[in-house]
Amino acid sequence: MEFSELIRTGRAEALLLPGPGQPPVRGTLCITSHHLLLSAGHGSPGDLWLLLRNVDAVEKRPQSLRLGDAANLHPPDHFYQQVALQTDAWRLSAVNRDFDVCASYPPALVVPVGIGDEVLARSARFRQGGRFPVLCYYHTTNGTVMLRSSQPLQGANRRRCAEDEELLRAVLALGGGRGLVLDTRSAQAVQQARITGGGTEAKAAYPGWKRLHRPLERGRPLQDSFVRLVEACTDPSLSMDRWLSRLDGCRWLTHVKETLTAACLAAQGMDREGVCILVHGAEGTDTTLLVTSLAQLILDPKCRTMSGFQSLLEREWIQAGHPFQQRCAHSAYAQARPKHEAPVFLLFLDCVWQLSRQFPLSLEFGEGMLLAVFEHAYASPFGTFLCNSEKERYLCEVKTKTHSLWSSLNQSKERRRLRNPIYTPNPLALWPSVEPQSLQLWAGLFLRWTRPPEPAQEAWEQLWRIVTEQEGGDTL
Amino acid sequence: MEHIRTPKVENVRLMDRTSSKKPVLGTLYLTATHVIFVENVPETRKETWILHSEISSIEKQATTAGGCPLLIRCKNFQVLHLVVPQERDCQDVYISLLRLARPVKYEELFCFSFNPKLDKEEREQGWKLVDLREEYKRMGIPNSCWHLSDVNRDYRVCDSYPTDVYVPRSATAHIIVGSSKFRSRRRFPALSYYCKDTNASICRSSQPLSGFSARCLEDEQMLQAIRRANPGSDFMYVVDTRPKLNAMANRAAGKGYENEDNYANIKFQFIGIENIHVMRSSLQKMLEVCELRSPSMSDFLWGLENSGWLKHIKAILDAGVFIAKAVAEEGTSVLVHCSDGWDRTAQVCSVASLLLDPHYRTLKGFMVLIEKDWISFGHKFNHRYGHLDGDPKEISPVIDQFLECVWQLMEQFPCAFEFNERFLVHIQHHIYSCQFGTFLCNNQKERQELRIQERTHSFWAHLWKNRADYLNPLFREDHSQARGILRPPTSPCNFMYKFWSGMYNRFEKGMQPRQSVTDYLMAVKEETQQLEEELQILEERLEKIHKIPLSQTPGKREPSALQSKRPGLLASTPSGGNPPADSGGHLKSSPSRSPSQGDDDSALILTQENLKSSDPDLSANSDQESGVEDLSCRSPSGGECLPSEDSGKDPDPDEAVFLTA
Repeated sequence: MEFSELIRTGRAEALLLPGPGQPPVRGTLCITSHHLLLSAGHGSPGDLWLLLRNVDAVEKRPQSLRLGDAANLHPPDHFYQQVALQTDAWRLSAVNRDFDVCASYPPALVVPVGIGDEVLARSARFRQGGRFPVLCYYHTTNGTVMLRSSQPLQGANRRRCAEDEELLRAVLALGGGRGLVLDTRSAQAVQQARITGGGTEAKAAYPGWKRLHRPLERGRPLQDSFVRLVEACTDPSLSMDRWLSRLDGCRWLTHVKETLTAACLAAQGMDREGVCILVHGAEGTDTTLLVTSLAQLILDPKCRTMSGFQSLLEREWIQAGHPFQQRCAHSAYAQARPKHEAPVFLLFLDCVWQLSRQFPLSLEFGEGMLLAVFEHAYASPFGTFLCNSEKERYLCEVKTKTHSLWSSLNQSKERRRLRNPIYTPNPLALWPSVEPQSLQLWAGLFLRWTRPPEPAQEAWEQLWRIVTEQEGGDTL
Repeated sequence: MEHIRTPKVENVRLMDRTSSKKPVLGTLYLTATHVIFVENVPETRKETWILHSEISSIEKQATTAGGCPLLIRCKNFQVLHLVVPQERDCQDVYISLLRLARPVKYEELFCFSFNPKLDKEEREQGWKLVDLREEYKRMGIPNSCWHLSDVNRDYRVCDSYPTDVYVPRSATAHIIVGSSKFRSRRRFPALSYYCKDTNASICRSSQPLSGFSARCLEDEQMLQAIRRANPGSDFMYVVDTRPKLNAMANRAAGKGYENEDNYANIKFQFIGIENIHVMRSSLQKMLEVCELRSPSMSDFLWGLENSGWLKHIKAILDAGVFIAKAVAEEGTSVLVHCSDGWDRTAQVCSVASLLLDPHYRTLKGFMVLIEKDWISFGHKFNHRYGHLDGDPKEISPVIDQFLECVWQLMEQFPCAFEFNERFLVHIQHHIYSCQFGTFLCNNQKERQELRIQERTHSFWAHLWKNRADYLNPLFREDHSQARGILRPPTSPCNFMYKFWSGMYNRFEKGMQPRQSVTDYLMAVKEETQQLEEELQILEERLEKIHKIPLSQTPGKREPSALQSKRPGLLASTPSGGNPPADSGGHLKSSPSRSPSQGDDDSALILTQENLKSSDPDLSANSDQESGVEDLSCRSPSGGECLPSEDSGKDPDPDEAVFLTA
């Protein structure tokens, strides 16, 4: 066989990067049977002649991505710096720097200034998985705050923990004096939890804190709901007569409604009533994050930008220790009996989509972004959603060995797919309607493969065309 | 006025149905035409106006400590929940409204007193806006097989048909009259839509009076004439839109459906759309669901399913899809009927036309469609929408269902329609409002006898005047979705049927999306247009300053590139006579091109209409200085680089445009 037969393409436009400090050389790359040539044009001095035998290794790198970008994109202490601009009542604690206090928390956490690290460590021992209450959102307009944690380990004999009480007392002292614990379980579920050592904040132990139960589904029932919905959406034998009851039977839209309602309650409490909010369920890694992240999206215009949304995901889901590896191991088609799978994150994305439908101008990202994030959470060439916690990611050196999804999504070629062309910053809170009439099945996701995609695509392109035409007019 | 017992009640509370917001205090006024609620809030004094004809029902509930609750439900799905402090006042308002909301003669309707301050000529112009003869001409009728028959002159054959009916040339008056005697209410088969590309047609009629065995030679000949008018196909479909059981029951009453053995080469098909009574109660059930106070998702979905509403909508659309496929893909003609051929038949024929022909997806075309399949063919607007006090069993949301079918299609094909949701909602409102004469009466004969056109105003003219409000910014005439037939997926396609909250809950503003993409995009488009116009002025000023001869400069090319990017907007502005189906975007300034190309033949055929729009272009080409005056035409500077762009193009499409104009 001739060597030349192995050449798939004889020439290509290329850019040679000679090294730091030197300008890149643009030219044509040619492959011959024995040489690799790069020529910048007529008579240019720096032509490259490389004997093929001289090539020791060839590596193809993903386009314009570099390892380690992720850390610079959403630095962990960025959130704290934002808070510190507004108030000096909160500090950055490194109590968890070795992941000793809480395995599912990141190393840097924001806590009240007057609370020492040993108090935090004690409080952590009183909380399931060590997830003591930490700040996750500071509401600039009135200085109220939102915290999240896991359930207190009250147990059947109603144990108390002085440090935990001190911590929450300090929170109230900083944030207006009134607090609300939003428990994402029903009162009965809390009773059950007490038997196995869990529980919730007793009124007597935490003066100033009221309690509200907003049961949100999670775990196995949520996964079942997801599986049933996907089944219904792809069932060719389903007639119109039965479609709506089938849709109802899946209960997915009920979960969407309940989740949005709980998030609205938390947001309303902060914005309208000026109370501090503590959100938790049991472990504090699923429905808790659902509520805290949605409440932020409702209240905080910054979260609705492209980069703000990414840092919200990074902060409230990835670093906050949502166990992506376990939850997203299988999707809806898997025959395997689910162990830890649950589409909590997908439920979050669905709620965001509902927000975007009711406020189509107020989010900088479009449906494409939500779909992309959904896909990458389940299967991804990037490391962003890898592992279950920061600790695992640290041990696996994810940040240095994999590429970040964010830097890939932020490339300009992805603009048209991911960004909302009609985004107009909206400084107000987005109060969605949670009436059943206002919520819809997310067709772009659940019916993505069962309906012809062209009409929606054309509409999206047309949207872009109208808006970019105007931009073109501006620059002329 | 004599029916108003009390013209004004103070301290009435308007309750908010959906939220727990505090009720608003205000004053209730009764006028000859409206119920008006004026809020007491001094800054806003917000007013709610409700036409008497919009009122669907009034319910007086048991008096409570707070007063006497009065529930006013409207045909446009608005519900007013008022609390009147005094029982006696409430009773007076109730009795007055009962009478005011049920006028007994046409003259009491609002359209006879409504005066939008138009002069006589404008009003007459308004009535001419939608012209069905023009429409059939657009379809290509009359032609060698079809013609306009005068058989129904003075409504001699069928009093619920228009005088203008289109039938096969080969169907003699004898055949038509014979056939009409064999059809319910003498509604004989007549042309509804003709497809130029396949020669296939959609005809409509009422059910045959076949009973168990009756035959009618003329009726059989009539169907044969329709089939033969489409030489490309050796059979035709007869579609009965009723459920089979209903059709069979009709046979006992001497009516029924066509026997395949008696009619040569027909294929008979039942579709199974329920009758007006089922539809009325279905809507009733759905509205009850809409009125639920903070329902759970299950309450809502179950209620919606039990109402069966979406199932009925799907049945109508499926029928439309079946017919559109037969006509466009099989090239086979279809005869559609139900019982009397004025409800389900109207729905199905208009849905099929909409799927088949992009013209009906434009603003103007949609008006024409309603005029053609509903108004002219004797859909009983008065009875169905309760304009005058009458039999409540006659009331049914037949056209509402058609409008919803259109909305469901719009949701599925966002770029295919020139109009937006607001357009449909507005039409629905005025079908019930009786503010215009367009939807009055049950048929053309009644309208003529009442001299509607002399005494009332046309709704279409009103819509057309405000058309800017009803445009869909995503619509593109040259778009693949807008061209050709729409093919909604048939199975499984349950997902495409959604609850239309923009219609049935449209007065619950909190439930609707809080921001409008349509409004935003329209604003952007307007801004873009303004910028372009400014740009043009500047360009031309620049030209003047530099006095550059005709040779092209790069600066001049830009605007033309910019314009050609957005043909959808421009194509509709010049010479309105062009058939939109042919005039793709790139033809926008075609008249101006031909002369410079030296294409003598086509230049000679330029009609006056075309000349009007081409004149400024010509002057712009020959005389650079006059450019500023030609702004209205919007393409002078663009015209300059056209010849070079043209040279490679085939001039034929342009010619076709001139010939048909």
